[in-house]
Amino acid sequence: MSAVTSYQLDHLDYLETEAIHVMREVAAEFERPALLFSGGKDSICLLRLAEKAFRPSDIPMPFLNVDTGHHFPELNVFRDKRAAELGGKLIIRKVEDAIAAGIAHPSPGEVSRNRLQIPTLLAALEEFQFDCAIGGARRDEEKARAKERFFSFRDAFGQWDPKNQRPEIWNLYNARVNPGENMRVFPLSNWTEMDVWEYIKREQLEVPTIYFSHRRQSVRRGGQWLPVSEILPPKDKEEVRELTVRVRTIGDIISTGLVESPANTVDDIIAEIAAARVTERGSRADDKSSEAAMEDRKKQGYF
Amino acid sequence: MSQTTTGHPVELLRFNTCGSVDDGKSTLIGRLLYDTKSLMEDQIEALERSADITGGGQINLANLTDGLRAEREQGITIDVAYRYFATPRRKFIVADTPGHIQYTRNMVTGASTANLSVILVDARHGVIEQTRRHTCIAALLGIPHLVVAVNKMDLVDWSQERFLEIRDAIEGFLPKLDMAKDVKFIPISALSGDNVVGPSDKTPWYEGPSLLHHLETVHIASDVNLTAFRMPVQWVNRPNNPTDHSLHDFRGLSGQIAGGIVRRGEKIMVLPSGLKSTVKSIWTLDGELDEAFAPQSVTLCLEDDLDVSRGDMIIGLDNLPGMGTELRARVCWMHPRPLQRGNKYFLKHTSQTVQAAVTSIESCIDIRTFEHEPAPAQLAMNGIGEIRLRTAKPLVFDGYGTNRLTGSFILIEQGTNHTVAAGMLFPPTEPVKPEYNDFAI
Repeated sequence: MSAVTSYQLDHLDYLETEAIHVMREVAAEFERPALLFSGGKDSICLLRLAEKAFRPSDIPMPFLNVDTGHHFPELNVFRDKRAAELGGKLIIRKVEDAIAAGIAHPSPGEVSRNRLQIPTLLAALEEFQFDCAIGGARRDEEKARAKERFFSFRDAFGQWDPKNQRPEIWNLYNARVNPGENMRVFPLSNWTEMDVWEYIKREQLEVPTIYFSHRRQSVRRGGQWLPVSEILPPKDKEEVRELTVRVRTIGDIISTGLVESPANTVDDIIAEIAAARVTERGSRADDKSSEAAMEDRKKQGYF
Repeated sequence: MSQTTTGHPVELLRFNTCGSVDDGKSTLIGRLLYDTKSLMEDQIEALERSADITGGGQINLANLTDGLRAEREQGITIDVAYRYFATPRRKFIVADTPGHIQYTRNMVTGASTANLSVILVDARHGVIEQTRRHTCIAALLGIPHLVVAVNKMDLVDWSQERFLEIRDAIEGFLPKLDMAKDVKFIPISALSGDNVVGPSDKTPWYEGPSLLHHLETVHIASDVNLTAFRMPVQWVNRPNNPTDHSLHDFRGLSGQIAGGIVRRGEKIMVLPSGLKSTVKSIWTLDGELDEAFAPQSVTLCLEDDLDVSRGDMIIGLDNLPGMGTELRARVCWMHPRPLQRGNKYFLKHTSQTVQAAVTSIESCIDIRTFEHEPAPAQLAMNGIGEIRLRTAKPLVFDGYGTNRLTGSFILIEQGTNHTVAAGMLFPPTEPVKPEYNDFAI
């Protein structure tokens, strides 16, 4: 390679340097930031970026997870292990507890905990007086997400107003908030699903086993295969099979579609995504309720 | 490094599309995604579903990018939507920016980080005020590459004459905008895909590249300023770890390099103090580097213990920047409350935020004529003007034309915290004179 072209970043380096810049802005500009960490692939990348941004110092913010009580057990195990390895403080707030405390109210018959994460998260932000929460959302996930800024302002009710977002120009992020307001910050905004996996490969990051091919009891419902579990028992006449599957995106155990796949290495996954004909979110039941499902949740404070 | 099949690193090109309402921006992006096979089956199905309900059976590619309820209701783009696609040669980040005049601030948002702007012109309507406005903003933001895509050529019978007319009209006013950089004109039909991904047989008179081919090959390596080292200090990395003695003396200065190259062992200076030192090491989690360059995010350790904090700038000893509290800038005003002389704002420049007062509004630009109207009383929403500012603390800066990162700022309204302006600094009248405050410690 000639001297001229060597001063060039490839796309992963570019995304990395942009994300590190964003993380450092958060550390410098906010009093009490938190980093949302679920143990999923995007937040795994976030943690590596936090290490890159702040080492050899400790990562200067706690990790926060809203546990819906419907998580895959593998995910929670991984989450706890990774946080301990990094020496980070992990705060867990449970939807269960929020319901018991009267903070979150299930609608009659509502099984999904997706909506109930909103009040639980908002209450956690308030409890710890967090003025900023870093999240692993990406703009390529969904078209309402595609509209999101790196620094996404939320009012005192935690609401997002898509019609009135702050202009975000160059790399000059306006991080100012008044008391009670907060900011959601998304360092992975410009990353795609493929970038995330290429980064996991490059950085040799460990991911929970459910991303890799395994055998699982699966039930056919709503046009997709869902994992059989205590909270998702098969109903009468539903087709149940043990399949070789993996997950592409992890939501709650009751809304995460399983993908039939033999991929059991990161390289396999990259090859599979390159050939994929449906999006990652195509396997998430929670986005299918209406064309604006994500937008509506975000307006109420969903991360 | 990720590599293409040919072994070159995969480059990233950021571009934005702009044009008036109904010029076909979203359709063009939909077309690029569709024809590069970047659309997935479930996205196409969703388009078909909504076509059955609202679109009279026709797939509306614009629905791909208009992701908000309010946008679909009105059929217009309100805010920037970002899309991602890749070809074997490059990865692309596309900002689909609104054409509606009311949302000019969002166009500035999408364009500020772009290497290239695609300005759409409806071949039937030719150059309209919005075309001039968008070209003006692209020029103002110093976007290095411009493509004028003359769209809906199918509706003017692929007329070369019409295409040349539009090209001449735009080339006629480019000199007024100092937009003498790389400008390409491409006749297209976003709806049918002609000259978008592949060449079209409808335009035998056009010998240039298709839009995608141009996006894949335009030379962007020299878009970054590598001649003058600048690193605004973002965060001071001081591990306070009582158990690890090796870290006891670690004191790193973290930041994203805004220009130039830095090497281990090189002399640097910190501004505004003017203190000098030598780079002891360039620390990263992946090991120390011999050199680093823009726009890498790194941590520098210096030979001497200088007093350095967030907002300071580390620079090389050649190509000195300007420094001062009296500034001249072009601004794009983005808020319904107009800019008036005497107003005070927070000004964020690189990693520092200072108070600033607007001491005068020297002129504003008439978008229709590109003439400067002298000394206007105020600058209204979406107005572009030249102002003078006084800051409470000195800024270390370059002209925007020299460095987009050290030459830019935003203004923030005090109290509401609204981002009200994007500012581009004029070059300093003289470089900083460090000998006046160069003292040893």
